[in-house]
Amino acid sequence: MQEYSVEMRGIVKRFGSVTASDQVDFSANAGEIHALLGENGAGKSTVMSMLSGVYRADEGEILIHGKPAKIRSPKDAAMLGVGMVFQNFRLVQTLTAAENIVLGEKSSFWRGRNWIKSKHKEIEELAERFGLKFPVDRPIWQLSVGEQQRVEIVKTLYRGADIIILDEPTSVLTPGEVEGLFSTLRRMKQEGKTVIMTTHKMKEVMASSDRISVMRKGKMIATLVTKDTDERELARLMVGREVVIERQEREATEGEELLAVKNLSVDADHGRKALDGLSLTVCKGEIVGVAGVAGNGQKELAEVLTGLRTWRTGEIVFDGAPVKTASVRGAIDSGISHVPENRMKSGLAGKLGSVDNLLFKSYRSEEHSKFGFLKAAKNRSWSEELVRKFDVKTPELDTPVQHLSGGNQQKLLFAREVTHQPKLMVAVHPTQGLDVGATAGVHELLMELRASGSGVLLISEDLDELLQLSDRILVIYNGAIIGEETHETADRESIGLMMAGIRSREESLV
Amino acid sequence: MDFVTQLLIAAISAGTPLLLATLGGILNERAGIIQLGAEGLMLMGAVTTCVVFLRTGNLGVALLATLGVTALLGLIHAFLSITLRANQTMSGLAMTLFGSGLSAYLGKSISGNPLPSSLPRLDLSFLKPIPVIGDIFGNLDVLTWFSIVLVVVLHLLIHRTSWGLHLRAVGDSPATADVMGVHVRLIRYGYVTVGAMLIGLGGADMVLTVAPTWNEGLTGGRGWIAVGLVIFARWNPVRALLCAYFFGALDSLGFRMQLLGSAIPPYFLKMIPYIVTILVLMYLGYRNRNKPSGTPESLGVPYVREQRF
Repeated sequence: MQEYSVEMRGIVKRFGSVTASDQVDFSANAGEIHALLGENGAGKSTVMSMLSGVYRADEGEILIHGKPAKIRSPKDAAMLGVGMVFQNFRLVQTLTAAENIVLGEKSSFWRGRNWIKSKHKEIEELAERFGLKFPVDRPIWQLSVGEQQRVEIVKTLYRGADIIILDEPTSVLTPGEVEGLFSTLRRMKQEGKTVIMTTHKMKEVMASSDRISVMRKGKMIATLVTKDTDERELARLMVGREVVIERQEREATEGEELLAVKNLSVDADHGRKALDGLSLTVCKGEIVGVAGVAGNGQKELAEVLTGLRTWRTGEIVFDGAPVKTASVRGAIDSGISHVPENRMKSGLAGKLGSVDNLLFKSYRSEEHSKFGFLKAAKNRSWSEELVRKFDVKTPELDTPVQHLSGGNQQKLLFAREVTHQPKLMVAVHPTQGLDVGATAGVHELLMELRASGSGVLLISEDLDELLQLSDRILVIYNGAIIGEETHETADRESIGLMMAGIRSREESLV
Repeated sequence: MDFVTQLLIAAISAGTPLLLATLGGILNERAGIIQLGAEGLMLMGAVTTCVVFLRTGNLGVALLATLGVTALLGLIHAFLSITLRANQTMSGLAMTLFGSGLSAYLGKSISGNPLPSSLPRLDLSFLKPIPVIGDIFGNLDVLTWFSIVLVVVLHLLIHRTSWGLHLRAVGDSPATADVMGVHVRLIRYGYVTVGAMLIGLGGADMVLTVAPTWNEGLTGGRGWIAVGLVIFARWNPVRALLCAYFFGALDSLGFRMQLLGSAIPPYFLKMIPYIVTILVLMYLGYRNRNKPSGTPESLGVPYVREQRF
């Protein structure tokens, strides 16, 4: 019998009453790329976290190279040659890339210039061997997300890992960067390393892996050989039913112009230019998608439109009237609603219940308060109705919303933002972290808004989502719109190139 | 000696207790633990030094006792905020109130008794011929030299050694440090304890040089100034030296103007350091508005390993 480099048997992990991993068996070979596929919350990350020592399994055993292993901490895992590249990177932002990589190294107390220089060289050579490139001497906060991921990968290699786990590695990358990552993974495989990658993206699994294990709701469903399967089968295994992903068909609309932004320039938090002469328009009854890799000005664009950030130069005309100053109150009153990027940070107050969270934007109105006193009973029944209408599953109205699942939090947020018939909806990554069912719900809500004549500015990194929903797709790069495609002409490839800053196909050939 | 040289000497003298306490605070907070107990620790350091010095007549024993007592207090703060994950602000304030009360009680019997001797001085007479430098550095006491050397040592420790790298990582992102095999709790315990000892030494220096006798509430809020200087210096030992001496200069400037018979009421002169501090903070805040603040990112956040994100 062949000996696996990693074998997990009957792994159980519970968080309170939730069983995140239920009798999971998993195995991977040296010299293979093994994909662990599943929806968000299926338990992939939990299982991998147990392999890398972040969590301890409640039951079950783990064998590394055929020997039973006790992995009680990340340190134990590292000793056994297991390294993990986390989804939210484990990097110290203020340290340089090289400092992050050598962190934890016990040798050499004194670290003068020569030591640092020799380490820089060593790290650069190692990175090059696997086709990775990043500035070793710059602090992490100055690096792009793609570069940060490369630092993480080199970190595990530097520490001598031969079993490398990548948790959702492609979620933050451009299509071009994804290709680069896959070629790095193939080089690792050639060197005989065990590569395990968790993801929920079937296309990438098909393109990169040798074998695929599918998880659903904490259980291991199947392990397949990639070349013997197809996306349809994977989707069925992953979701438990057939899903069809297709473009949402729609009637073309000829709505009048709702929002016009001209030559907008905005400073970012550290004085850098975040938006640099950006122009765009949104019409009534139109979904305008903004594609781009994170950090190209999307956050600032959304903040300016919702009154959270002032701009330096440029014009904003909303609903026929010029907007003079940034004001959140002004934005709310003029009918702009906002689904922020991080719903638990700036969308909802986690420790408060549904009623309070629903009231945040409308408590001032006659309907909800009088002389500064809230109409408690009325607000409660109003909230009950909204919760029912938007199908938010919450044990009680007063349950702190941080205890709801991501999908239900997002529904609650949408309930608040949609209920007052906004003229413009600014939605930033509205389906991030949601499973297929909840994502479909959010998409439906956005299409309903469109049908009712509202404009939608949809800022997302998920190309499939943008292609499904948008009437027009704009590509943002370095704070400006560098390309536009319509619903009919848009395709993954051209948008992917523009996201990497390449304006057209001709240019990329040069 | 001209006025400026005299002021510089006074600045170093008044600034050294602050410098020691600020360095202690920097170590604490670089490791990610807020230290608001400085005032209490300084008082405890001062009173321990006085009591033991008067009893034994031996300065070395007195200083060792001071280090021991404040290390114990530091360990209590560490236990509360690291192991029990108590609120660090509350634990620090408790330390200050506890230290103020206990030091008043312990010092009651010796209040006003002059200490047998002051700190020994290093006579560097070969510096004497150099103008200004010779006057300033020719005759400093041992604790002052210790604090100056400590600034250099800590600067190198933080930026040039593996320990420093671990310290910075633990304060900024303990989860990352943990995954990389750095012993987060041990490091935090260590720096909180050593930090408390340095703050206590600041109190000892205060009583030995500035006011050579114990009085209740002797530090007069300098522990709180040190808490502010940690932020002022943006957690950097070299800047801590400049800030502490700057504050020391202002402190003694008010005193000197009073001696010269200035028409300004003494209460206003005593306010000078604080007013200037506010002004300088405003200016620096404006100038550095686009820079990262330098605050250790996980300052005040207890670290728990097994946590669901």
